[in-house]
Amino acid sequence: MLHTLAALVENHPGVLTRIAGLFARRAYNIDSLSVCQTEDPALSRMTIVVNGDAQVIEQVRNQLNKLVIVHSVTDLTAESVVNRELALIRIKVSSETRSEVLQTIDIFRGRVVDMGRTNLTVELTGDIEKIDGFVKAIRPYGLLELVRTGKIAIMRSDV
Amino acid sequence: MSMNAGKKSLKGATLLLEALEKEGVDVIFGYPGGVLLPLYDALLDSSVRHILVRHEQGGVHAADGYARVTGKVGVCLATSGPGATNLVTGIANAYMDSIPLVVLTGQVVTSLLGTDSFQEADITGITTPITKHSYLVKDAREIPRIVKEAFYLAGTGRPGPVLIDLPKDVLAAEIEPFSTEMNLKGYHVPGKGDSDKIAEVAKALSECSKPVIYAGGGVITAGAGAVLKQLAEKASLPVVTTLMGIGCFPYGHPNLLGMVGLHGAVAANYAVDDCDLLIAVGVRFDDRVTSGLGHLFATRAKIIHIDIDLAEIAKVVRTHIPIVGDARLVLEELLEALAGFQLPQVAEWWDQLRSWKNYYPMRYDKDRLTAQLVIECIGELANEDTMVITDVGQHQMWAAQVYPVVKSRNFATSGGLGTMGFGLPAAMGAQIARPDDMAVLITGDGSFQMCIQELATIAHNKLPVKIVLLNNGVLGMVRQLQKYFSGERYNQIDLQGNPDFIKVAEAYGIRGIRVDSLEQVRSAISEAFEHPGPVLLEFAISPNDDVLPIVPPGKPITEMLGG
Repeated sequence: MLHTLAALVENHPGVLTRIAGLFARRAYNIDSLSVCQTEDPALSRMTIVVNGDAQVIEQVRNQLNKLVIVHSVTDLTAESVVNRELALIRIKVSSETRSEVLQTIDIFRGRVVDMGRTNLTVELTGDIEKIDGFVKAIRPYGLLELVRTGKIAIMRSDV
Repeated sequence: MSMNAGKKSLKGATLLLEALEKEGVDVIFGYPGGVLLPLYDALLDSSVRHILVRHEQGGVHAADGYARVTGKVGVCLATSGPGATNLVTGIANAYMDSIPLVVLTGQVVTSLLGTDSFQEADITGITTPITKHSYLVKDAREIPRIVKEAFYLAGTGRPGPVLIDLPKDVLAAEIEPFSTEMNLKGYHVPGKGDSDKIAEVAKALSECSKPVIYAGGGVITAGAGAVLKQLAEKASLPVVTTLMGIGCFPYGHPNLLGMVGLHGAVAANYAVDDCDLLIAVGVRFDDRVTSGLGHLFATRAKIIHIDIDLAEIAKVVRTHIPIVGDARLVLEELLEALAGFQLPQVAEWWDQLRSWKNYYPMRYDKDRLTAQLVIECIGELANEDTMVITDVGQHQMWAAQVYPVVKSRNFATSGGLGTMGFGLPAAMGAQIARPDDMAVLITGDGSFQMCIQELATIAHNKLPVKIVLLNNGVLGMVRQLQKYFSGERYNQIDLQGNPDFIKVAEAYGIRGIRVDSLEQVRSAISEAFEHPGPVLLEFAISPNDDVLPIVPPGKPITEMLGG
């Protein structure tokens, strides 16, 4: 099963290598990984989507926690969370397909951010299922290029 | 900054040595090189003793041996590039056995980093998987903090090697010293265990009828040997140890069943297999113990795992009661908690254990010259403070099986990595660490030649290490594996071309004694022990002797051959 782990890590060179190396060495599979600075510039936040059963995920968490550069690891899978991914997608269009493609983009609430004679580029945010759904829907028209950020996630507030 | 008049400025190298002194470092094992010029210059004015080894691998193993017999952090030093990469085996060795080291490496000047400059190697990158942590120092003002953190990280929690990579310009920089605090928000050292869980263990213990304590290197690291003994005696618990745990429970104690695992004692393996409660302390269910079959290990037992490293819990076997904490503190609390419970009824269990112990003792021929006979004789002539250091191979297993280690930190061996060549430099480091106790190296003709250059260091520093070379002319462990598991198709195990080891020793100015017959064994060992300097004692043993018992690969630990 896919788990989303949020790791607060120190923000300096070599940190990513340590994390990536750990995953490679212990043969854990990273499904996606996104890294960015947090509200504290000394810390980065890594959102790691990893595949494995409960025992594997527990090992991943424990091994990550062992690294001195890792301050905390939270499993956001069971928690009540908001998760999003951003995708930029270039789609082939012709005069015959253009309006259908634009309709599809509209249904998925995407935004056209660039337009060429034979293609257009869409920006789409949403959870992974939504982006997967959109990709499936536009693939028959011609999917030229796809860039996804990987999932980022945040816990919902208590209210 | 050197122009800043009025304030005393210091070189980065001096600042480094001052930081080492502050950590109580009395000796470093090193080898100089181009980028280390500022450091070797500053060393002339420092109280830190420097031992010039003959190969960087010797330096890191010496620091490792120093750490194993004292519990203190060992320190070694090598130059950039090949100097640093020559440390890699030793760092991996220390990492696998959780030995505290601070490894200092020189590095090319920061402006040349990443340009493939002369003697440049990305040593922090190379060693990431085999260090607990590492630093590349970019600013000399970070030196005091980094050194402080490195020693703290290396020596606390589950110990391990920490590497500090020091570019030449950082060592040469003139800076104003200032004090600095550690910044380790992502590092926590577990202390006491969970009291509820410990009470659960006390209850489980009172209800079981076939308990076993499975004790490892973590018991030695935590200094938990004494409390372990109290616990075992109070509740009449049998104890098995791992290779790394040898010495944590005194040899000859009636509760000790011996070493568990692939070359373990039959009684120890049977006990683990048959027990209904396994108290694992400071162990990691290594495949040399479980045969790589975690799911077939102690299947009848409720498993309690006490370890300081959370990541070891449930890594190999399912654990019923995990306790993360310092082994000494946890066992002390368990001992107290036992007061509220009835002690387990183990009389029948002990009948069984004693019958196994009597029926399957460690057996070997006593009417000819064998390694075990030599090792037992060393044990008889040594005292309980003698340090025994081994290399890797058959001699190592024989030493583990029959040498009477009665105290923690008196048996040093490469457990996890199994590094041939570890022994000689480790014995050298051990002897420097504890000059008043005798250091006896037990080695074989294969391992001995892997770091033989350190004979020069031993001779020059007049270290009275007693080198016991069990020479069978072959790579005995591999030979034995080929004999049993490759249908006697022997290949590349014959060490033809071995030198005359006595002459080699004498060439270094070390006394050599060769023993070819059973009758000479005792007198030769006595003579070596009485000699004030280093001695090489060579024993001619048969290449046909095997380490028994042995668990064939892929078989559970109850299926031992030659028990």
